Amino acid sequence: MSILSVQNVNKRFGGLKALDNVNLEVEEGTVHAIIGPNGAGKSTLLNCFIGKLEPDTGSVTFANKSLLGIKPYEINQLGVSRVFQTPEIFADLSLVDNVMIPAFAKRDGAFKVNWWNTVGDEKDIRAKAMDMLQDLGLADKSSEIAGQLSRGDKRRLELAMCLVQDPQLLLLDEPTAGMARADTNNTIDLLKTISKRNITMVVIEHDMHVVFSLADKISVLAQGTVIAEDVPQNIKGNAKVQEAYLGGAHL
Amino acid sequence: MISILKKRSDIILLLVFAAVVASGPVLFQPIGAGYPDLLQKFAIFGIFAIGFNILFGLTGYLSFGHAAFLGVGSYTAVWTFKLLSMNPIPALILAVIAGGLFSLLIGWVSMRRSGIYFSILTLAFAQMSYNLAYSVLTPITNGETGLQLAQSDPRVLDVAFGRDYGAVLPTPDLFGINLSGYPGYYFCGALLIVCFYISIRIFRSPFGMMLRAVKSNQNRMNYTGLNTRPYALAAFVISGMFAGLAGGLLAVTDPLAGAERMQWTASGEIVLMTILGGSGTLLGPVIGAGVIKYFENIFSAFNENILLNMFSFFPEPLQHAAAWVAGLFVGEGWHLTLGALFMIIVIFLPGGLMEGAHKIINLFRRKTDSDGPQKSADSAPAPAE
Amino acid sequence: MDVFLPQILNGLDKGAAYALIALGLTLIFGTLGVVNFAHGALFMLGAFCAVTMKALLGLEKVTLDPTQTTAWGTPLEIRVPYIETWLGDFGLLLLEYSVPVSLILAIPVMLIIGVTMERGLIRHFYHRTHAEQILVTFGLAIVLQEIVKSFFGANPIPQPAPDIVSGSADIGMLLGLDPGTIVYPMWRMVYLTFSGVVIASVFAFLQFTTFGMVVRAGMADRETVGLLGIDIDKKFTIVFGLAAVVAGIAGVMYTPILSPDYHMGMDFLVLSFVVVVVGGMGSLGGAVAAGFLLGILQSFASMNEVKTILPGIDQIIIYLVAIIILLVRPRGLMGRKGVMES
Repeated sequence: MSILSVQNVNKRFGGLKALDNVNLEVEEGTVHAIIGPNGAGKSTLLNCFIGKLEPDTGSVTFANKSLLGIKPYEINQLGVSRVFQTPEIFADLSLVDNVMIPAFAKRDGAFKVNWWNTVGDEKDIRAKAMDMLQDLGLADKSSEIAGQLSRGDKRRLELAMCLVQDPQLLLLDEPTAGMARADTNNTIDLLKTISKRNITMVVIEHDMHVVFSLADKISVLAQGTVIAEDVPQNIKGNAKVQEAYLGGAHL
Repeated sequence: MISILKKRSDIILLLVFAAVVASGPVLFQPIGAGYPDLLQKFAIFGIFAIGFNILFGLTGYLSFGHAAFLGVGSYTAVWTFKLLSMNPIPALILAVIAGGLFSLLIGWVSMRRSGIYFSILTLAFAQMSYNLAYSVLTPITNGETGLQLAQSDPRVLDVAFGRDYGAVLPTPDLFGINLSGYPGYYFCGALLIVCFYISIRIFRSPFGMMLRAVKSNQNRMNYTGLNTRPYALAAFVISGMFAGLAGGLLAVTDPLAGAERMQWTASGEIVLMTILGGSGTLLGPVIGAGVIKYFENIFSAFNENILLNMFSFFPEPLQHAAAWVAGLFVGEGWHLTLGALFMIIVIFLPGGLMEGAHKIINLFRRKTDSDGPQKSADSAPAPAE
Repeated sequence: MDVFLPQILNGLDKGAAYALIALGLTLIFGTLGVVNFAHGALFMLGAFCAVTMKALLGLEKVTLDPTQTTAWGTPLEIRVPYIETWLGDFGLLLLEYSVPVSLILAIPVMLIIGVTMERGLIRHFYHRTHAEQILVTFGLAIVLQEIVKSFFGANPIPQPAPDIVSGSADIGMLLGLDPGTIVYPMWRMVYLTFSGVVIASVFAFLQFTTFGMVVRAGMADRETVGLLGIDIDKKFTIVFGLAAVVAGIAGVMYTPILSPDYHMGMDFLVLSFVVVVVGGMGSLGGAVAAGFLLGILQSFASMNEVKTILPGIDQIIIYLVAIIILLVRPRGLMGRKGVMES
């Protein structure tokens, strides 16, 4: 069953056609990669999922609800979490606070003046956050200040912040950008483990190694249109993709 | 950092705080601050600063217009004295409500922008309120003269309860206890303790955590399913209510209200108190308020003769020169000291006195650590407060 | 026409002052990324350059004339400005023209003050938060105005305009209206012309010089310009100095309209910030346009006809406009996307 459905989406910036009649179906429980050369419209498309951009025409629905015209926090409350290219974390709070905040958001909704409890009274939330840090190997750093982490740890912390919300859909924008090979492989393993929890993932990625080791399905975007959509092994041999993406070089 | 419950240490903190407030008259006697007028100011501006800190310290929104809420609180309280009763309780309740409503209105508009836009908007609103209070709202504010009590005021509730003040100008009293002098201080002090307690609760609560998140990263908050604006607005209104209460208390201890209370200098002063003590810390703002009010009191009292006496050990020409330079900063020149202090704190000690204290404590600890390495096991990082 | 024109003219001179301060604020903000709460103080310092100049020019030599006595029987004091004894009639002329002559003093003084401020203080705040920039410049503004107060006292010090332009001109007659319909003080016309020239020069400077090009590029995209390897630091100092001079000479020339006192800077600063917000943060054209617009609006709101319908409107009109603009056009009249969005 398709959980995220993008239909006939068009977006123009002045004279530039950034998205040209894009159609995309993301099946529940799969890892769906969106690849394409620079300027193909990947980020524009992603921004249409999360309330940052409004397409000129077309529809974006998640679990049969439209994602258009609602705010980012409302989209998150529907069950969509997002990982950024540069990790967005609460840099001057501790790791465990960083993870507790999304957990509160999941439980209490977008706004609640919960001022009479102390954070320490919230044992369930705290346990949940600590479990998540444990899963991502950050438990021993739980009381450190997040801004002092290494870039790789920040990325893992951001993942923990998303996963603690049990999202139905996780959007990842170049999750291995700027990482060394060893870190990249660790991240791939991590994402593979996550995908086993039956979380649907949409990954935007440059790195072919990452894409082919992770994705169940790949959509190739070029000049604002989807030129191919298939399982990884078929994408490798697709002549159109090679033409658009690598100028004819063999993958 | 805050997620580890420090319930026990919080109770100790509150008890120590209450003990200091209770023993204020004795405790501050040696530094010449043991008299009620000044102690009342400590308590009232402490409340103001605690409230401001919930906004600025937690959410990072820098308001330059909080004096407006103080002024509104004062006007409301004096009007309540005039119309309803000389009992401070209705006056304070209405002052808090008025401060809250007014801050809701101003906050709702100002919070549409953040960063410097927000600061400028709040400054503009406060200046507008000040202009209005001085000019067209004179029927309500009594303009330049300031709003005062009159013997002929209706005081409906007092009349209904058969309270008659006779042919004198009444003063606020709490069920017969006159609220000038020490009783007035203890009344303000009790409310200061209550406000401090509320502040601890907010700091330790999930709500407080969200306010810190507003300061830290609004973008992440939005993509985490949290609506940032109501959080920031809630903090703004809470601080507006604290300011209303402080304004009301100013009227309780001295029942008149003037527009100058709403001027931008007054707004700047509360910012200074908060950062001087240490914004974002529990105790810092109260300490900052006390320090500013104390030095304001001391410095304003200086005059040329006192200065000449102070520098009498210098040879004559030098004595006059020193007195002249010092004279720039005291008496009429107190504001110069205030401005200079402002710059010094922001440049050299942006974390305020609390940060300074921690630095000194840490320095001391490191020294003892190197003396005895066996102690290093318990060299835990200094607590946030 | 004969109702509106005088109001427009009345609003223009105040608008010109707002525009000149707002121009400097925008320049500093756009290039250096610093919010300068001490900018009003620079305007005030400029005004006190005029006060100082007049005091210096007016220094008098006192001689006693024993041949004449006053009504109290003491010898008559004869006071002659030194400048007259040195330069004769030209000296008296200088004294009469002390306000425009002060520009000679104000330009170097304000440049020095501006450069010193940037080098000594502002520079260290480029990488601090906006809140800290606001706080430190706010503290500086208080310090500057208190120093001025301790030297010049708290009372306004009137500065006369030169005789030849101290009267009023009947502009209405020039336009073929009845005499007396539009009477406009001549100094205000001088101020308007002066502001026009200053604004035009600043724009020409930014438009036609290489330096100006870099500054404009910096306002559009600070990071990229920094990456181009252009020596930004020195440019920043010059921009700040320029903005200080503009604010200062605006203050000098405003003294015959408003007698300077130590807190005039703060009064103008708050309104100039509103002007910047209305015009659109980072837009120089917006700052100038909004300055004049709000000056004129304020002038209309001060009309008795308006005040009887909406009492007090003259006190708050500018703020009201700012609120409405922010509600319907959050970026201001000419603000660009991406400037100060966070």
